[in-house]
Amino acid sequence: MPPRKSSLETLSDWRSGPTIRNLLRAISRETEAINRPLRIMEVCGTHTMTLHRSGLKPLLKEAGVVMVSGPGCPVCITPDYYHEAVIDLVTSQKNIIATTFGDMTRVPTGRGSLQTTVPSPGSEIKIVYSPDEALELAGQHPEKEVMFFGAGFETTIPAIAFTAKKAAATGLKNFTLLAALWLIPPALEAILRSGEVDIDGFIYPGHVSVIIGQQAYSFVAEKYRLPGAIAGFEPADVLLGILSVVRQVRAGRPEVANEYRRAVRAEGNPGALALMAEMLEPYEAEWRGLGRIKNSGLRLKSEWQKLEAARRFNLRLQPGKSLKSGCRCGEVLKGLLEPVDCPLFARHCNPDHPQGPCMVSYEGACLIEYKYSSGEKKK
Amino acid sequence: MCLAVPGKVVSLQDDGTGQVDYMGTTVLANFSLLPGVKVGDWVIVHAGFAISRLDRAEARRTLRLFQELEKLNSAD
Ligand code: SF4
Repeated sequence: MPPRKSSLETLSDWRSGPTIRNLLRAISRETEAINRPLRIMEVCGTHTMTLHRSGLKPLLKEAGVVMVSGPGCPVCITPDYYHEAVIDLVTSQKNIIATTFGDMTRVPTGRGSLQTTVPSPGSEIKIVYSPDEALELAGQHPEKEVMFFGAGFETTIPAIAFTAKKAAATGLKNFTLLAALWLIPPALEAILRSGEVDIDGFIYPGHVSVIIGQQAYSFVAEKYRLPGAIAGFEPADVLLGILSVVRQVRAGRPEVANEYRRAVRAEGNPGALALMAEMLEPYEAEWRGLGRIKNSGLRLKSEWQKLEAARRFNLRLQPGKSLKSGCRCGEVLKGLLEPVDCPLFARHCNPDHPQGPCMVSYEGACLIEYKYSSGEKKK
Repeated sequence: MCLAVPGKVVSLQDDGTGQVDYMGTTVLANFSLLPGVKVGDWVIVHAGFAISRLDRAEARRTLRLFQELEKLNSAD
């Protein structure tokens, strides 16, 4: 078989050993000059994954950089009461098809998980890969109510907005959305404003940035004087982002660097942003761990309320009895606690018996730590 | 749900969807958020939607930067 692609498109260049070593050395040189270890938050769960999977975390530590996980896991930051409302709905009403992304079904709540729920006759919980697929189901099952329950950041929101627009245009009456849509910049601002976590800079999520662009983070550099860099997801991409942050610290010149220019344009994806603005409006959303944050969530605008599942089914989206499991996911999401420092980690909490969403989602810091560090306890 | 790796567009249909190849596995993607996409483009797909097209010139620039780092380090 001929080689599939020239080196430009293959990923090997972004994973090559020599490149990684060179980047780590360049980072060490900077931290040596700064003469103290730096703490950098990787906002996005997929970056956490890259750091663990490629074994970069300990190497970075040697190079003088401690990486701290952030809130970038939509499944993790969605409060339990969303799941509980869906569980209540499918157990109390007939002929509801509740669709959602796979990892959402395993989140443990005070009422069990969607996976362990036994729905009413004619109702079911179905895993879909895209919101569009849920809309198709609604077309195929006019006798049922199809609801799409999705959580997502700016990366996923355009897909959900597109589906909402299409649903409105097709006039299907049996399709609704329960969308837990979260915005990254307001969450970062909440973290910075709280002053709880001590960090020297951010690695911004690459694919959120594909949508929102570079400007969206300028307040971090301007108001909080904190460095940051947008980074891609290959090992060399993440290291390039870290090198940029470390250089900004050394120079004392914070900015929003874009180290993922092959995918991220300064202005983001204008079409996606326009679609979001057409269908959705900001509101004060509640995040697990971070609490209520102004303008940090998006919901359907009033003219699209027909598609709103919370309204159609009168869902109660309010904190109920909390699950007394001792899960400290909220602190993990703020970068205040490392998974291994949770007393339940690898003891009562593991991927087969997760006690919280951070052990469920593939972007969850606890699951990633468990998978790639084989549950090793930190000294 | 989030495929962090890029795929290559192998076909386009009139309804705004098309096939994206990931090292031999093809998936259906919606191209409505990426006007002007062409067969042969490398794209990032998320939740069934293509959200970005990779810029080859920028990719090449980053790879050159890696080569410069190599020179810098071997000069130490
Ligand atoms: S290890 Fe389990 S219990 Fe502890 S914070 Fe993570 S998800 Fe929660």
